[in-house]
Amino acid sequence: MEYDVIVVGGGHAGCEASLACARMGIKTLLITTNFKNIADMPCNPSIGGSAKGIVVREIDALGGEMGYCTDRTLLQIKMLNVKKGPGVRSLRAQGCKVNYPKQMLKTLNETPNLDLKESTVKELIIDNKTAKGIITEENEKINSKIVILTTGTYLNSDIMCGHEKYKGGPHGEKNSMFLSPFLEKNGIKLIRLKTGTPPRILKESINFDEVQIELGDKEPLTFSNFYDATYDIDKQYPCYLTYTNKETHKIIMDNLDKCALYSGMIKGVGPRYCPSIEDKVVKFNDKERHQIFLEPERSDDIEYYVGGFSTTMPHDIQEKLLKTMEGLHNVKITKYGYAIEYDAIDPLQLNLTLENKIISNLFTAGQINGTSGYEEAAAQGLIAGINASLKIKNKEPFILKRNEAYIGVLIDDLINKGITEPYRLLTSRAEFRLLLRHDNASIRLTEYGRKIGLINDEKYNIYLNILNEMNKLNIYLDNNYLTPTADTNRFLEENGSSQLYGKTSLKNILKRPEIEITKLLKYLNQDYNSRIADMVQTEIKYEGYINKTNQEVEKMLKLESKKIPNDIDYEKVPNIATEAKQKFIKVKPLTIGQASRISGVNPSDITMLLVYLKKEYNNE
Amino acid sequence: MEDTIVAVATTIGKSSINVIRLSGKDAISIANKIFSRDITKFKSHTINYGYILEGNEKVDEVFLSIFLSPKSFTMEDVIEISMHGGPTSVNKVMELLLSNGARMAEPGEFLKRAFLNGRIDLTQAEAVSDLINAQTEGSRKMALKGIDKTIYNVINGLKEKVLSLIANIEVNIDYPEYEDAVVVTKEMINDTNKEIKNKIEELLNNSKKGLLVKNGLKIVIVGKPNVGKSSILNALLNENKAIVTDIKGTTRDIIEGSLMLEGIKIDILDTAGIRKTTDVVESIGVERSIEAINDADLVLFVVDSNEGWNNEDKEILAKLSNKEILVIYNKNDLKENYNVKELDKYNNISLSSFDNDKIEKLKKKITEIFDLNNITKSNYAYISNARQISLLNKCLEIIDDIDQAIKNEYEIDLIEIDVKRLWECLSDITGESSNEDLLNEIFSKFCLGK
Repeated sequence: MEYDVIVVGGGHAGCEASLACARMGIKTLLITTNFKNIADMPCNPSIGGSAKGIVVREIDALGGEMGYCTDRTLLQIKMLNVKKGPGVRSLRAQGCKVNYPKQMLKTLNETPNLDLKESTVKELIIDNKTAKGIITEENEKINSKIVILTTGTYLNSDIMCGHEKYKGGPHGEKNSMFLSPFLEKNGIKLIRLKTGTPPRILKESINFDEVQIELGDKEPLTFSNFYDATYDIDKQYPCYLTYTNKETHKIIMDNLDKCALYSGMIKGVGPRYCPSIEDKVVKFNDKERHQIFLEPERSDDIEYYVGGFSTTMPHDIQEKLLKTMEGLHNVKITKYGYAIEYDAIDPLQLNLTLENKIISNLFTAGQINGTSGYEEAAAQGLIAGINASLKIKNKEPFILKRNEAYIGVLIDDLINKGITEPYRLLTSRAEFRLLLRHDNASIRLTEYGRKIGLINDEKYNIYLNILNEMNKLNIYLDNNYLTPTADTNRFLEENGSSQLYGKTSLKNILKRPEIEITKLLKYLNQDYNSRIADMVQTEIKYEGYINKTNQEVEKMLKLESKKIPNDIDYEKVPNIATEAKQKFIKVKPLTIGQASRISGVNPSDITMLLVYLKKEYNNE
Repeated sequence: MEDTIVAVATTIGKSSINVIRLSGKDAISIANKIFSRDITKFKSHTINYGYILEGNEKVDEVFLSIFLSPKSFTMEDVIEISMHGGPTSVNKVMELLLSNGARMAEPGEFLKRAFLNGRIDLTQAEAVSDLINAQTEGSRKMALKGIDKTIYNVINGLKEKVLSLIANIEVNIDYPEYEDAVVVTKEMINDTNKEIKNKIEELLNNSKKGLLVKNGLKIVIVGKPNVGKSSILNALLNENKAIVTDIKGTTRDIIEGSLMLEGIKIDILDTAGIRKTTDVVESIGVERSIEAINDADLVLFVVDSNEGWNNEDKEILAKLSNKEILVIYNKNDLKENYNVKELDKYNNISLSSFDNDKIEKLKKKITEIFDLNNITKSNYAYISNARQISLLNKCLEIIDDIDQAIKNEYEIDLIEIDVKRLWECLSDITGESSNEDLLNEIFSKFCLGK
C-alpha cells in the first residue's frame, strides 16, 4: 500500500491537513490511535476568541473545515470587542464536544482520496534524511512521499495530578512512547512543555441562582465566510460566571505542597496566558477574587467546564476548592483537573512551509510545534497539508505574509522566534491587525484558496458575489451626494453630526465617525446586505489608519525583499553577537526582514549583516 | 580587520604633545618599521618609550601605546604615538607612516570603525562624534553625558509609560471577558498623552539650549553706516583678543570674531549694511547680510541717538521680522534717554561703545536674554543630535494624531495604532525596539487566562 501523504494524528491539525491534501487530489491516509478522539476537544470546547476567531475565518476563507464545522455544531456564539475597533472584533463560540467531532468525522469519511486507519505510529521510515513512510506499533510499514506529524500532546506525555504521575495522553488515553525518542535519534531537537485542564462538573449539581448568567449574541453569526447560520438564536446555551474567594485562596496556599506544579514534579514550561489557579493565587496574591467561568460542554447539557480553574491539586483538594465558591457548594465532579507534560519539536527547525529542515518530506503541525489551542493547530494543519500537496505537485510553496493573515503571523513567529512556552495567538502579536480583520478574511485569502484548489465553485461564486455587491455599493457611495436641505440636516443632527453647508459625497459623509452606514442607507431608502455594508464602511471610515498601516507594511516588505544568499557563511560576518550568529545559523533566514524578527537578534546585528552583504555580495 | 588608517588625533600647533593614532591590520608592523624597538612581542595596553627613526636618524622621542584587537577603541589593532608638538616633526612622522603602508583616515573613520565593529552602538557613536566636534567645554560635557545615557533614561521613562498603556489596551482586547485589568479609557490615554507631550516639549526646549551650548550663539550687528557698529564690535572683541578665532570660512566670511560668555561661544557677525544699491559688489554683500540675519540667534540693531530715527532705520527694521532683537541706542554720550516708540517692544540698551562699563552691561543683557548663566550651570542633559531632535518632533506629531483620534471618538484599537507609533518612535531615539518587551509587560502585570 502506498500513499502520497500520511497524516499521523487526528486532532484539529490532522483533520485540516488530511482534508486539504485529499481535496487537492492527493492520495492521503490519516492514522490515529483511536477514532473516538478525532477532532477531540480535551480542554474547553470553545472555538475562537480574540485573534483566534479571526484565524478560524481565515481557515475557512482558504477552504479549511473548522469554521463550517463549528457553525453547524455550536452551543453559543458572540462577537468580542465590538466597541473596541474594527481590527480586533472576533468571534467566540462555545462548541459541542460531542457533535463537533461527529461532524468532522462525517466530513472525513465523505471526502474522496482520504483513508482513515486506527493505529499508533512507532517510527518513521527515513532514508537519507528523507521521510518515506511510517511503521506502526504492529510493525506494519506504509510508504508515502510525505509524512505530516500532528500528534498533539501525545508525545511521551505524562499526566500529573497531586503527587501522582503516570504515562498517558489526554483523558487517560494511550500516549505515544516511541516516536519522540525516534525523532531525537534522527537529529530533531525536542522541548518539554506543559499545559493543564480544569475539572468538569455535573450540571445538576450547580446552583444557578448563585451565579451570573452570560448569554450569546442576539444576531446570527458565523465563522463561515460563505454560508449563513443555521442555529436557533433563541436556543443558545448560556454560560455562567462565579468567583473564587478568600477561603478558596487559603485552601490553595495551605495545600501548595500537595499540587504537582509547586511540588517540583513538573519540569515543562507552561503557558503564561493560561495559568493554573494555584499560579494565579500565588503570583497575584493581592487579588481578592478570580473569575471562574462555568461553560456548557455538550448539547445534551450534562457536563460543565470550570474555566479559569486549571489545577494540579489532588482530587480531594479540587473538590474542597470548588465547594468554596458561590453556586458550587454542592458540586459533583465528573472529571478532575490535571496537568500534562509532553514533548514538542523546537519550531526553529522548521521552514515557513512547516517542513522540517533536518528531515525533508517531514512536515509537522499543531501542538507538536509548540503551539496551544485548537485554532492554531488547525491553521498549521491546513498550511502543512497545502504545502505537502504543492510539493508533491512540484509547485511553489504557499506562504502567507504577516500583513496577509494571522496564520502568517503565527508561522512566522514560530519558526523565527522559537518558543519558551506553548504559543498562543494574541492580537498584539500582529503588527498590522487593522488589515487582518474578521470581516475581510475572504477578501484577503479566498483567491489564494481558489488557486490552490480548496475553494469549490459554489464557495467561489458566493465570494465573487460578495465582491460584486461591495463594488456596487462603493460606486453608489462615490457617485451620490447629500445636499444641505433641511431634511438632510435633520438626519445629521439626529445622529449627533454637524450641519452640511455644501454638496458632499456619501463617502465623505461616512468618514464622519458618528454616521453609521446602515442608518445612512436606511435614510436614503437603499437596501443593502448589512454585512456587505459593514465591510464597505470599515474601509471608508478607517481609510486614514489603513493607509498608515499600509505604510508600515511597505517598510516590512522592503526588508523582506532584501534576500540573504543561501551560501552565506555567518562565521565570516564580523562582529555580530554570538547569540545572533547561532540563531542565524539555526534559522537560516531567507531575508533581512526575517532575520530581524529572530528573537535574540539586535538591531546592531542586522546593521552588521547588511554591511557585510553589501560588501561581499554588493547587494543593496 | 580593515586596512590601516592613520590620523593626528590632536590639533596640531595648539598643544605641546601630539598624538598620532593608527588602526587596522598592519598597525603593529607599520609602526614597528619606524620605531627604535621591536614592538611585535610587546603586550597589549603597554606604553613604551623609544624613538621614531627615519633610517638611523632620530626624528622624535616618543611614547608608543599598544592596544591589541579587540580591546581597543576600534576593536582593531591600534597604536598611539605620543610625541612632542610642532607641525614639522608631526608631519615627518605622518609621512613615514603613510609611506610605510598606512592610509590617511577620512574624517570620523576611527569612529565609524568602532561602530561597524560593534564597539559602540549608534547612539554612542553619535555622542562620540559630538564629543569630537565639541568646540567648548560645555559641549564636551554634554557629549560625555550622551555616552552616559542620561537622556536615554529620560526617553526610556517615557517609553515605559507608553508601553504600560499599550499593554493594558492589549489586555482589554485579548482578554475581553476578564475584569481584573483596568479598562483603558480615552481619558487615560489623553492624560498619558499630555504628560508625554509636556516632557518632550521640555526636552526639545532643553535641546535648543543644548544646541546653543554645542554650536554657540550667532549674533549679527546691523545698523545704517557710521552708526557705530564697528566700534561696538571692537569693544566686544577687544577684551577677548585671545580667543578671537581665525576660523574664517568655516561658516561665513563675515564672521568677525568670537568671544566667550559664561562658557558659551558667541560668534559676532558684522553686516555690510543693508541698503538699496546698484553696485554689484556691494549688492552681494547685502545678500550675505540678509542671510546672516536669517541665521542669527540675536540681532543687535544699532540706532544713532544723535541723528535720530529715520527712514533708513525703518528699512532695516523691516528686514528683521521674526528675529530676536536687541536695540542699542548708541552715541548716547551726547543724548541720553533717547528712545523710539516703534522699538519699544524689543529689548534695548543705551550705551556708548567707549564706555567699558556699558559694554559689560551689553554682555549681561545678552546673557540674560539667552539665560546663559543657567544653561551652563545646569547639567547638560540635553539632546543636541539632529536625528534625535527630528524624532522628538515626530513624536509630537504623533501625539497630535492621538489627540485628534480621541476628539474624533475613534475606537481604542485605532487610537492604539498611533500610541504604538509613538512607542516605536521613542524606541528609535534610543535605537532599540522589540515586540517581546510588550508581551513580557502584559504577562507580568496582569493575571490572565482560563
